Amino acid sequence: MSRLFDHNGAPGKGYAQPKPLLDGSELSLPDNLVRKNLPRWPRLSEPEMVRHYTWLSKRNYGIDTGFYPLGSCTMKHNPRVNEVIAQLPGIADIHPHQPEHQIQGLLSIYYEMQEMLSVCAGMDAVTLQPVAGAQGEFTAVRCFQEYFRHRGEHQRTKVIVPDSAHGTNPASAAMAGFEIIEIPSKVDGRIDLDALRAVVGDDTAAMMITNPNTLGLFEHDIAEASELVHGVGGLMYYDGANFNAILGRTSPGLMGFDAVHYNLHKTFSQPHGGGGPGSGPIGVKQHLAPFLPTPIVSRREAIESEQEQAVDEFWYTWHEPEHTIGKVQQWHGNAGAIIRCWAYYRRYGKELRTMSEHAVLNANYLRHAIHREAKSAGVDHMFVDGAETVVAKHEFTLSLAPAKESLGISAMDVAKGLLDMGYMAPTVYFPLVVPECMMIEPTETESKDTLDTFAEDFAKVLQVDAETLHNAPITTPVRRVDEVYAARNLCLHHPFDE
Amino acid sequence: MSEIPADLYYTKEHEWIRMDGDIATIGITDHAQDALTDIVYIELPEEGDVVDDMGEFAIVESVKSASPIFAPLAGELTAVNVELEDAPELMNTSPYGDGWIVQMRLSNPDAVSGLMSADDYRSMIGE
Repeated sequence: MSRLFDHNGAPGKGYAQPKPLLDGSELSLPDNLVRKNLPRWPRLSEPEMVRHYTWLSKRNYGIDTGFYPLGSCTMKHNPRVNEVIAQLPGIADIHPHQPEHQIQGLLSIYYEMQEMLSVCAGMDAVTLQPVAGAQGEFTAVRCFQEYFRHRGEHQRTKVIVPDSAHGTNPASAAMAGFEIIEIPSKVDGRIDLDALRAVVGDDTAAMMITNPNTLGLFEHDIAEASELVHGVGGLMYYDGANFNAILGRTSPGLMGFDAVHYNLHKTFSQPHGGGGPGSGPIGVKQHLAPFLPTPIVSRREAIESEQEQAVDEFWYTWHEPEHTIGKVQQWHGNAGAIIRCWAYYRRYGKELRTMSEHAVLNANYLRHAIHREAKSAGVDHMFVDGAETVVAKHEFTLSLAPAKESLGISAMDVAKGLLDMGYMAPTVYFPLVVPECMMIEPTETESKDTLDTFAEDFAKVLQVDAETLHNAPITTPVRRVDEVYAARNLCLHHPFDE
Repeated sequence: MSEIPADLYYTKEHEWIRMDGDIATIGITDHAQDALTDIVYIELPEEGDVVDDMGEFAIVESVKSASPIFAPLAGELTAVNVELEDAPELMNTSPYGDGWIVQMRLSNPDAVSGLMSADDYRSMIGE
């Protein structure tokens, strides 16, 4: 793999900077803080640098180059009109430190987004501050913690998570200082009410769960689970990673949840992958609203002197919730992501219900198409459904355990084979409760043609012999990476030429 | 078919226990290491730590997942296989030998009779 530092160009340097207006002596910097040597930047010229990044970009794969069925990640197409709106100068050129009277437009967007997110999840108040789903989780459990402290219920130290949960759930709760109680799922992958009943008590702070769950199944006992947890005085937390499956059809509020995080970058369209930028607002019921991070946007009727700068009949202000846990992020969250998702939500409104329906339809269609194609190719004995179900929600799991046992072909081998067919591979080895798991989420933005072709190609990969698959991929810029070596030899240091 | 030595005790968390007087040597089974795939890291406890029955005492990380290791019975750790820190792959290559994880003095050695036999374990994992 080529690196910037591999292009050493001519001796000297490939860039030129204007002479600084002041030199070090005029800045009265302490001597030990003044740089003695030039930084060891790569010695590239501008065209060399442009070529380097263009070279890299040609080796990239993303939703804009092909199908990306990465389960649990909701890699949907992001409408370009969102970009246009986010780039409007009145939005893009704002500095987060500008005073309220100069940013009434942005504040009104924030306010509207808070309201819209509250409505779709059946919550009462929203903060847009967290910039990732996991940060949203952490923010919410911190709010729970303050809520219980406020009520003098210091004994509530335990957070319950099902064994199929996203790893971030127990991690967020543990970071906030809670003890994690893991409960097993039933054979069909759904929550086991008896197991839950056995662990709830007056030390229960919360239960964290996603619905549909990580196997793509709707938790039909969710109302009973909420009752059990509420019955002992605990709170219910909804992990919104799978919100794409239910938006507009039902809501976490209806299921009895007290708090929810939204993965705006999944459900509401925002380019993601490669680590961000994401956005993980949280919504809470009224009893938790006073604990939300500060500030959130509130509004009142504009008075006469404000009317010239007001964008409508209201005046928008930053507001500090009464018992706020403080800030969880500098400034006001990932504003660009919030704007894009606001634009998306405003464009579709109640039609977002159709979006969820199509996401579920596509997932179920693809599941059946894969079984159909595998059967006609005679390779349907190589995998089984990860969970017994008639209907999945927006994603589904397959277990490649039969292929592993009989042919030595693992889920990882099939994933690598799919790379050779020109696809991003589905998620593998998650959730952990399914052996040799492959988790597929097509999203609503793919056509029937794409799904049919993928199903055919999936069956083709299963027909490849084990030895070839063990060596896959062979057509990608980087062949199979040595994950074991990488994990055992953590070293990110690049040796400089002296 | 994974290797399941007849003279060991087993748990449903896929650990094996070798008894020598009141000292139990503990590791993960061949079946477990195969399911975990390549083990890349282990977080070990300290010698002298006291663990409860089913207490979590180590974490094993593979390229696929991170899994806690539970104490099959209560006791005090008398030895920890620190070699695993530099060579976690020993749990893959020699799960019942050099890949042992800890030794502990059981508070109640008689309680091992409540653990699974090799035959019980074999039928549990469906082999």
